[in-house]
Amino acid sequence: MKYVDDFRDRGHAETLAHAIRRIVTRPWTIMEVCGGQTHAIVRFGLDELLPGLVTLVHGPGCPVCVTPVTLIDHAIALASIPRVILCTFGDMLRVPGSQGDLCGVKATGGDVRIVYSPLDALALARMNPDREVVCFAVGFETTAPAYAMAAIQARRLGLTNVSLLVAQVLVPPAIEAILSAPGCRVQGFLAAGHVCTVMGYEEYEDLARRYRVPLVVTGFEPIDVLEGIALLVGQLEDGRAVVENQYTRSVRREGNVAAQAVLREVFEPTLRAWRGIGDIPFSGLRLTAAYADFDAAVRFRDALAQSGSVGGEDPDCRSGLVLQGLIKPPDCSAFATRCTPERPLGAPMVSSEGACAAYYRYRRDARPGVNS
Amino acid sequence: MADTPEMKLHCPLPVRNATVQLAHGGGGRLMQNLIRDIFVRSFSNPLLAQMHDGATWPVSEGTLAFTTDSYVVQPLFFPGGDIGSLAVHGTVNDLAMCGAQPLWLSAGFILEEGLAIETLQRIVDSMAQAARDAGVSIVTGDTKVVDKGKGDGVFINTAGIGVVPPGVMVGPQRVQSGDAILVSGDLGSHGVAVLSMRESLTFAGDIASDSAPLHRVIADLIANGIEMHCLRDLTRGGLASALNEIASAAGMTLSIDERAIPIRAEVQGACEVLGLDPLYVANEGRFVAFVPEAQADHAIAVMRDHAVATEAVRIGEVAGRESSIVVLKTVLGTHRILDLLSGEQLPRIC
Repeated sequence: MKYVDDFRDRGHAETLAHAIRRIVTRPWTIMEVCGGQTHAIVRFGLDELLPGLVTLVHGPGCPVCVTPVTLIDHAIALASIPRVILCTFGDMLRVPGSQGDLCGVKATGGDVRIVYSPLDALALARMNPDREVVCFAVGFETTAPAYAMAAIQARRLGLTNVSLLVAQVLVPPAIEAILSAPGCRVQGFLAAGHVCTVMGYEEYEDLARRYRVPLVVTGFEPIDVLEGIALLVGQLEDGRAVVENQYTRSVRREGNVAAQAVLREVFEPTLRAWRGIGDIPFSGLRLTAAYADFDAAVRFRDALAQSGSVGGEDPDCRSGLVLQGLIKPPDCSAFATRCTPERPLGAPMVSSEGACAAYYRYRRDARPGVNS
Repeated sequence: MADTPEMKLHCPLPVRNATVQLAHGGGGRLMQNLIRDIFVRSFSNPLLAQMHDGATWPVSEGTLAFTTDSYVVQPLFFPGGDIGSLAVHGTVNDLAMCGAQPLWLSAGFILEEGLAIETLQRIVDSMAQAARDAGVSIVTGDTKVVDKGKGDGVFINTAGIGVVPPGVMVGPQRVQSGDAILVSGDLGSHGVAVLSMRESLTFAGDIASDSAPLHRVIADLIANGIEMHCLRDLTRGGLASALNEIASAAGMTLSIDERAIPIRAEVQGACEVLGLDPLYVANEGRFVAFVPEAQADHAIAVMRDHAVATEAVRIGEVAGRESSIVVLKTVLGTHRILDLLSGEQLPRIC
């Protein structure tokens, strides 16, 4: 199939793997930022094709995984209010909060709806004028413009019964946090192609300059990832540290200017806690003053204050280390024992983009000894 | 004056109700009418005509197979089928996977108050046609009506009885190291057809459900002397779930070649957009067969003679007893596990 088979071609993959083997002379540690890329790597066994000198570590690019426990607790508290319809992506349903998950609320009568687009929430709000529709806005820069557009449309339509519980996060501050952390071993990054489709990659050029680190904007199919790795290894071997764009069929340097304008009209950067990692300055989004009346955290302030979120993380969950690329999922003693997709200790075991879920699903014991 | 239009308007006396009412399940005259006019007329056969609490018939020697399944698909009508034909095919196929010749079905209907009688008639007609095509009789049934809002139009349960020919034994415990693993055709069409209808996905094109009875191709395989070690129809959870169940029950490692698995480009495309893996998507007219390696080519040739299995292919083999997992050789020639899903990929698909 066009646009799928072309990017999963075995011959092309072997040629790229051979090219990487030919140029690599030293060990390199590369982080793919996005959970979609992590899944492509593990699902297609791309690391099996790479020379032993190239080590891939998995980054924090799973928005579900980095959503802090307090926000999950807030979503659960809102979904428990009888007049509220909580709209969310399906992945969020089984992510554990401090005292349960959204699935549990749904089973006990909470009105939790899975939506494919934030605009579906507007349709729900129009059909249910006597209900409060709350959109759990989770995601990176890729989904932020759609939530921003939902707020703009809601204002145009005069909808007063819709609001956003904002958990949006930004990629460049997270990369910077990883680079400036003590013990960072990442020498190059595969940047997330879809985030850059929206935001462009000028911000990444600044990161490359300041940290002397190469970044390659990369797509999500196996051939994309292998091409991205080949470009990155090429830079590392040559001692270069610039931004290159592998994903040219989708990404321009300036990004999607119209989407950025919508995003900036509705959202502004703010301090954000990342689950398992901690606070990162200016790494999250909040509604601007002009759109503050769509903020579910404000509208339901009293209910949320009474919800009693304790924000506790399971002490056995090492997902913070996984999300920073410091360990791989099978290195965690709870992996596939006390922590499984059915009984997750942390979000990366639940989310379809989570690294722990990828290893559990594709690598649990397919090739003993090769799974770390 | 009695025949003026005004009088007629004020005194409607419909011969039949337009919608299902609670009284249709109440045991009284309305229920009798419904059974007589809709079910008995459409399913007409001598055993049903006994109109008793159950159907009775003499038994012969041999082995009986007995199965049951409930159908809650939404929407009720989808490209390539409807809940009625599905309720026949699903149960017929469960019997076929036991190596049985399906013979008799029961049909239990849970109807929601307000369901259009015309809709019910279409479903029952479709069921009757599917039963005729499959050569099975619907010999007993039940109807219940639930309040508006307490059902979703119609739910159907069918149970089925069939006869397994002497000497035929099919089951995971018979799976042997070295067996060839065959699949009867392209995967994922049923799930994508239902989902595209439900979500109004216009890009899914002309994808129709693969819903079909499979017992004739199974009977033909048996008649041709193919030693079938295990059979499984690939319904909820798709190929991946069926293979995992068999690997686990047989205590065997299965090795599958991803490139050999037939999937139509439209189905692959729809799955890419929706974030689904076609290996987990439901089918209603596809099965996997474990046969001795030496008989694999013969089995494929027999299967391809049937319209429901023209694309039958070999997708892998039983690798041995190391562990109960399914190992997938990917399109890139690398390896990974093909695991069970942890949650529900697509609800209300059958």
